[in-house]
Amino acid sequence: MYGKGLRGLSVATIITLVGAFALVFFYAPNDRDQGFIQKIFYLHVPMAIVALGGFVAGGLLAIQHLRTRDPKWDLRSYVAIHISIILAVGVLVTGSIWAKGSWGHWWLWDEPTLVSFLIVFLLYATYTPMRFAIEDRERQARYASVFAITAGAFVPLNFAAVRMAEAYTHPRVLSTTGGAMPGDMRLTFMVAIVGMILLFITLYRFELATKHARGRLRSLRRQLTGDDAPVPRRTAAPTI
Amino acid sequence: MPALPLDEAGKYVAAAYLVFLALLLVYVAIMGVRVARMERDLAELDDLVREQRGTPPAPEQEPERVSS
Amino acid sequence: MSVLSALLRKELRLELRTFESVPGMVLFSVTIFVVFHFGLDRASVEGDLAAGILVVTLLFAGMLGLNRLYVADEEQGGFDGFLLAPVDRTWLFVAKATALFAYLVALEIVMVPAFAFLLLGPGLGQALPELLVVLALVNGGFAIIAALVGAIAVRTRARDLLGPLIALPLLVPVVIAGAELLQPLLREGGGGGLEAKWLAILGLYDLVFGLLSVAVFDPLLED
Repeated sequence: MYGKGLRGLSVATIITLVGAFALVFFYAPNDRDQGFIQKIFYLHVPMAIVALGGFVAGGLLAIQHLRTRDPKWDLRSYVAIHISIILAVGVLVTGSIWAKGSWGHWWLWDEPTLVSFLIVFLLYATYTPMRFAIEDRERQARYASVFAITAGAFVPLNFAAVRMAEAYTHPRVLSTTGGAMPGDMRLTFMVAIVGMILLFITLYRFELATKHARGRLRSLRRQLTGDDAPVPRRTAAPTI
Repeated sequence: MPALPLDEAGKYVAAAYLVFLALLLVYVAIMGVRVARMERDLAELDDLVREQRGTPPAPEQEPERVSS
Repeated sequence: MSVLSALLRKELRLELRTFESVPGMVLFSVTIFVVFHFGLDRASVEGDLAAGILVVTLLFAGMLGLNRLYVADEEQGGFDGFLLAPVDRTWLFVAKATALFAYLVALEIVMVPAFAFLLLGPGLGQALPELLVVLALVNGGFAIIAALVGAIAVRTRARDLLGPLIALPLLVPVVIAGAELLQPLLREGGGGGLEAKWLAILGLYDLVFGLLSVAVFDPLLED
């Protein structure tokens, strides 16, 4: 059951994330060079790290699907990727806001995290249309898994390549104090990362629980009415 | 690059955190719609089974007390 | 190996008979050079601009090749025929990737001189061996990704759109590395050798995605 432990998980998430934000605004010092605007860092970078982890996890879950052919793995892979895409949108928007506030431009080609995320986002944006374009459920899941594995392997490679492309021309612009982070900033950053990870896991379990429940409901309906009426809307999401 | 004065920078920081909040709330809202639909479907099926078995229709239920 | 050569021979024979891919790619790339001339309003380019134009044109021509790669199999039952044969299905991937590599080489035989003729300022002479190495690695990356993504896209609706949409982000590291490597070669007095870091990235990319594609290709052909 996916919903088990969800209450404890959500409480932990709330405490950690709210705690992190409290630390951001009441504890962490202002950055020497960037000033107050640097506070966005504690939101933007943890989201980025968790989203990247989510995409890679989606690939690993897809490997399990191809090995066992159990549709539950495909559902897990889909949800992990789905949540990571939402986080990726957040990364791009917060990064853009940071860029505008900090350098006056809405986009910075010099910032490898931002650029890598744009590429990764453009790739994963094709995931749902691709699923939608394949009608047969089993083939859809299989193809989606191949995609998720390829894309999951691509993410770290892309990051390295983009970072290298900028490394010799421009220093990291949206980083913090250009060097080692002082202890109080580091603590805040760590708490923010943990909070974001917990958020991902909570949303992941939450979405899996709802999708699973919906699948069971559909099965119940089929058993009681003898057919699947009304015909469900075609969807890119996997069903069990 | 000189740091922006606090009130200027504050707007950008607030915007970024608000975007995060908005994404989260939109997600919750969409989930909410799904749950509402599931509730409707379940009620339909429940009524269907009661009809088939001839048991009386379910009374409109008070929301359960939050239990463990 | 005999499976591979049989498949490859079929691919190349089909291409030679129908001319579905290569002539279109060649014509397209030369036209793109003309478009670039007008779009950029430049009579000659060099250095990073030249590298960018060359790599991007190759990329788009490669997308044309990707779209054509599996179409014949899908529309004329080639897949079914292949699936009935008692051979490891991954050989189809290797054959397709090799075939596309060959098409890209054929394309470049015309495209690169055309580029030097139409747009390139400095000569290509001294940089030629390095140029060939870079193009070989870039072709490898394109061919591997196209052979994998083409197989995914061909069985979906809107296949001509989905193929390039999936492949282009995946190919960004190849574009980055290719352009960085070509940049010094396409300058006056170019040909000073290739930067090891970018060669490593390209080589790693080709290796990782080559192996990955071989590992995941089979499930794509199960029906």
